[in-house]
Order: sequence, then C-alpha cells, then structure tokens
Amino acid sequence: MGNFDRRGFVKAGGALAGTAVAASVLPRTAFGQQTVKLGLLHSLSGTIALAEASLVDAEKFAIEEINAAGGVMGHQIVPVIEDGASENPVFAEKARKLLQRDKVAAIIGCYTSASRKAVLPALNQAKGLLYYPTYYEGQELDKQVIYTSQEATQSVIAAIQWMAREKGKSFFLVGSDYIYPRTCNKIAKPTITSLGGKVLGEEYAPLGHTEFSSIITKIKAAKPDCIYSTVVGGSNVAFYKQLKAAGLDGEKQVLLSTVVSENEIDGIGKDNAVGYYACMGYFQSLKNPANERFIQAFHRKFGNDRVIGDPMECAYNSVHLWKAAVEKAGSFDVDKVIAASAGLEIDAPEGKVRVHDTNHHVWKKVRVGRARADGQFDIVWESDMMEPNPFPKLGA
Amino acid sequence: MSLDLVVLQLFNGISLFTILLLMSIGLAIVFGLMGVINMAHGELMALGAYVTYLTSLAFERMFPSMMDIYIFFAVLFAFLATFAFGYLLERGFIRWFYNRPLDTLLATWGLSLVLQQTYRSIFGAQEVSVPLASWLSGAWQMSEGIELPLNRLFIVGLTVLVCAAVYFALYRTRWGLSVRAVMQNRAMSGAAGINTNRVDAVTFALGSGLAGIAGSVFTMIGSTNPGTGQLYIVDSFIVVVFGGVASLLGTGLSAFGIAQSQTTLEYLMSGSMAKVSILLLVILVLYLRPNGLFAAKVRT
Repeated sequence: MGNFDRRGFVKAGGALAGTAVAASVLPRTAFGQQTVKLGLLHSLSGTIALAEASLVDAEKFAIEEINAAGGVMGHQIVPVIEDGASENPVFAEKARKLLQRDKVAAIIGCYTSASRKAVLPALNQAKGLLYYPTYYEGQELDKQVIYTSQEATQSVIAAIQWMAREKGKSFFLVGSDYIYPRTCNKIAKPTITSLGGKVLGEEYAPLGHTEFSSIITKIKAAKPDCIYSTVVGGSNVAFYKQLKAAGLDGEKQVLLSTVVSENEIDGIGKDNAVGYYACMGYFQSLKNPANERFIQAFHRKFGNDRVIGDPMECAYNSVHLWKAAVEKAGSFDVDKVIAASAGLEIDAPEGKVRVHDTNHHVWKKVRVGRARADGQFDIVWESDMMEPNPFPKLGA
Repeated sequence: MSLDLVVLQLFNGISLFTILLLMSIGLAIVFGLMGVINMAHGELMALGAYVTYLTSLAFERMFPSMMDIYIFFAVLFAFLATFAFGYLLERGFIRWFYNRPLDTLLATWGLSLVLQQTYRSIFGAQEVSVPLASWLSGAWQMSEGIELPLNRLFIVGLTVLVCAAVYFALYRTRWGLSVRAVMQNRAMSGAAGINTNRVDAVTFALGSGLAGIAGSVFTMIGSTNPGTGQLYIVDSFIVVVFGGVASLLGTGLSAFGIAQSQTTLEYLMSGSMAKVSILLLVILVLYLRPNGLFAAKVRT
C-alpha cells in the first residue's frame, strides 16, 4: 500500500463516486422510466406482527400490479419497507425517516390505533400523507390521513341491525378491555335500544386473557339471543374453545364479531369458529369478477394456502386509491392528492369503494358472513353503501 | 344467584385453581426450592405447548386413527423435551449464576427474549392451535343447569396426578431426600456425600419439565404464540410469592385462594377490576406477611 498516495486516493475515490452516480442515474436514462417512492410501514416483528405482517404482502402485490401496467403517471413505484416492530415510538421514528430522508410520496401503514396516533405528529410536521388500512373505532379525522377501512359505526350499526332483524333482540356484549371494544359497545347500546332490543350484559376481559369461564357463566345465565363480540387476538381462541366446551357452539348460539376475519380463524382453529358470524367489508368468498381475478393473481404469487382477510384487502385498496388520486390530481403533491381524493371511487375486490367528500373515510358496503368448516365465510347478508361517520353521537 | 350458578362458579374456581397450580408448581421448585429467578419459565411452558402442537401434527400425518389419544403422548413428550432442555440449560447456563440473583434475573430475561424470537422464526408469529380430541370437547351434564366441560375435568384429573407424583418424588424417594437436604444446607449435604451439582441439575430439569406439562395442557383451553409464556409468568410468580417461597403447600393454597377469589370477583365485577382487586389483595397480604402466607420456619 506504500504507493497509494494522496493523488491515487483522490483518483480512486473519484472513480468510485463516478460509478455510484452513474448507477443511480443510469436506469432512469437508459429505460426512460422515472420512479416514485411509496413507504410501507407495518410491524414485521413483535406481538402485532401476526396480524400486521400480511398487509405488507398485499401492498407489495398491488405495487407490482401497478408497475406491470405502466406505473403511476409513467413512474414506477419503488416500495420502501420499514418495520414498526410493534412499538409505537419506533413507528414515529420510522415515519419521520420515510418522510424526511426517503421523501416518500405517501405512506401506507399502521394497524393499531396507538401506532397511528404515534405517527401523526411526524406526519403533520412534514405534511406527509398516510393511508390507514385497518378497521378501527373512529373518533379521528386528521387532514393528512385517508382511512380506507370501515370505522366503527359502519360495521357495528349494520351488524346490530342485522342480528336484531334475523336472530333476536336480546344482546350480550363481550370485548377485550381497550378502546376499540368500548367504543364499539358505546355505539351498539343505543342502536340496540332504538331497535327495541335489550342489553342483558356487557363484559370486558383484559387483553390477552385466557379465562372466560366466569363470563361464559354470566352468558349462560342471561340466555341472550345474540352475543356481539369484540374480543381480539389470542383471547379469541380461548373464548371460542371455552364457549364450545360449555355447549354454546355456532349451532346453538348466535355470536357475531367485528374483528374476526379469515386471518384470525387460521389461528383460532377452524373447528372452533364454525357457525359463528363476522361482519366485515370484505370476505375472500365474495363472488364477483374483480375479486376472483384478485384472488387468482394473489394465490399465483403467494401460494394457494394464503387466506385473504379484510385488512389485507383494504391495504391492497389503499395503494390503488392513492394511484387513482395521483392520476386525478396529475401530481404527486400531497395537498393536491388529498384534494383529489374527495369523492374518488375505485372498483375494489369488495366492490365499489368511494372516499367521502369531506371526512377522509370511505363509503363502502359491509357484509355478514358465517364461518364454514374450511375457514371461509358464507355471506348471508350485504348492506347498501354505508356512509362513514367517525364522530357519531355516543351514549344516551 | 341460583344454586346452579354457585356450583358452576365453584367449578370454574377449581378449574382455574388447577391451571394456576400446574403453572406455578414448576416455578415453586425452581424459584421456591432452588432460589433461581427464572424469567424464562414461561417460555419453557411455550416450549411444551409447541411440542404438543408438533405431536398433534405428527399424529395427524402418521397415525390419524390415534388422534383421540395423542394428548397423552403429547403431555409425555412435552415433559421429556422440556426436562432435557432444562437439564442442558442448568448445566450450560444457570449454574454459572448461582448466588447472583440480579444477574440471574437479567440473564434469564434475555434468554426468554431469545427463546421467543426463536419460536417466532421456527413457527411464525401466527397463533397455532391444536385440535381437541372428540371425547374431550363435550360437557358432562350433571343436572339441568349444570354442565361441566370435559376438558376442564381432564385438567383437574391431570393436576391431581402431577401433584401426587411431585409429592411422591420429593417426600418418598431417596432422591427427594437429597434434594431437600441440598436446598436446606448445601455445604453439609456435600460433606455428607451428596453430589450437589447433580441434584441441582435434575431439580431444575424437573421444574422445567413441569412447566412443559403445564404448557401442553394449556393448548386445550387457549392457543399458542411466541409470546404465550409472558401471559403466564406473572401469574406464576404471584402464586409462588403469595404462598410463601420454599413452601409447596403454600403454593397450593395460594393458587386455590387466588383462583376462587378471582372467579368470584369476576362474576361480581368486570374481568379487569377482578384482576386489580386480586393484585391489591396480594400486595396487602405481602405487606402484612412479607414472606408470604406460609413462610418456612428456618433457623438461621
């Protein structure tokens, strides 16, 4: 290394820098293709990963589909994937990184409300744009966010109305003890009363709880026509198994959940969920040409065993909603994209989805499905287009 | 509250009691008798649960006709696997931390994180669930309003069996005698010719094996994911500390007390409030009796 003097170093460095510049510029000039970055921010590790990681697959799938068809306004989409690691501060930090360093045109991301709330300050500071693809409890309207799944009123009110009409008017409400179930039940109770029904009980189990025997005893004593469940995560396995052991299986007891999709049934065990109902915007078993195309292409890429639940479809829709908004605006500028989103409609696998004119949520249909032995749902009812209402009057 | 409900709630309490007891008996041996704060105890339960899951998969593939009785093999395999793992763990890891409780705490907590991530890499982050044999999935109709789930009765029976076996091993065998001797006075036992290293290893392995059985049994009422162990570890420590460290009888009575009051409180108030009340009760008792309900009387 003796003759590696300063001049040699400068030369070598210059050559290196030259190739680096060439490498980043070349593809563009060689193929005449410009690129645009899209951030995908979900938990790929940690406790929430089990629900959230599959959303990234759906988003990458949508991006590939769009790129193959020529991209967005001639720009190929380059996904920048970050791991929120199930921790809210990490979400905030990664969002800041995506917005400031990567300068992404938009972020599709978050699953829990807590992670979304953590991302908001960074988002507002950098005037970024977030597509939030999970059903949630409502009570929020941030001008930098488009909420592409059903908020609570859309699924809860529809679900309660369906149960009261078809199955009976006495209800027992069971949920995990945090904001989503408590808000859902606040919406459910006045809905039940206004339909002339009765709430026989309302119970909450701590998150992750696996002992439901006392709650089940109360249910058996109350003998409700319907159970409305917002129990989340692993607790569902215990809840369903114990209900079944207590003789309240899907044949004998009406139970409807607004959180159990095909993905959760995978973990709960198909035997344990048979006969129970779920209310969702999307079910994999929906029969329409758009959905059949979607499932076929998705299975070609990820294998036939992959089930597609509601949040995955909403994640897929989010990418397409962003693309449509960019094309309508004729610009990647966040303000223009948000303005163009109002009233925007796309044909999603679940059918038509339309962004609300003012409140950043989406009009959509919701469906009630009944779980089959193969883990899929038989769709028993479909609503009209439901208007999103993130700030309903709660309580009475 | 009618009589049926009282009976049902009593049974729920007994069922929770056996679950808490299964959960904490391994810890009572490792923590109570040996004084090792093993934060990875929950992950040993998860190991037992995953072994059960693997056993059910294997039976489904190879001997589908025997699916009805796979649970017996699963419990046995879960015990053997965690026993062996516990033995290796003690020889290769834990024994270097004896008499350094704070270091043990940190080291075993780190170990629990490593194990969780290992499960996540091998089995995926999704919940896994095992099928329940058909003869265990029904309920025993005692009378009109009283149905006792069979899987819970099975767990009660198994717990009785496990406790009897542990009692026999510790109080009716030569090996048990040497364990108790070593735990009471290590130097003296060594001088009397007991191989204390070996006793440590086997005792720790036994505690681990019991955790494996607990994990295996829990697959019947809940599901398994990489973080499952975390759900149980706190409850296990509460039961052991509340009952009085170094007292197996205390562990049993504390499990019974906590279980009955929890199910009763859960019936009277919400689940979360019941949990809060139990914790307050535990704090109060530990304030009045710092060594737990049944402190061993030792001359020092």
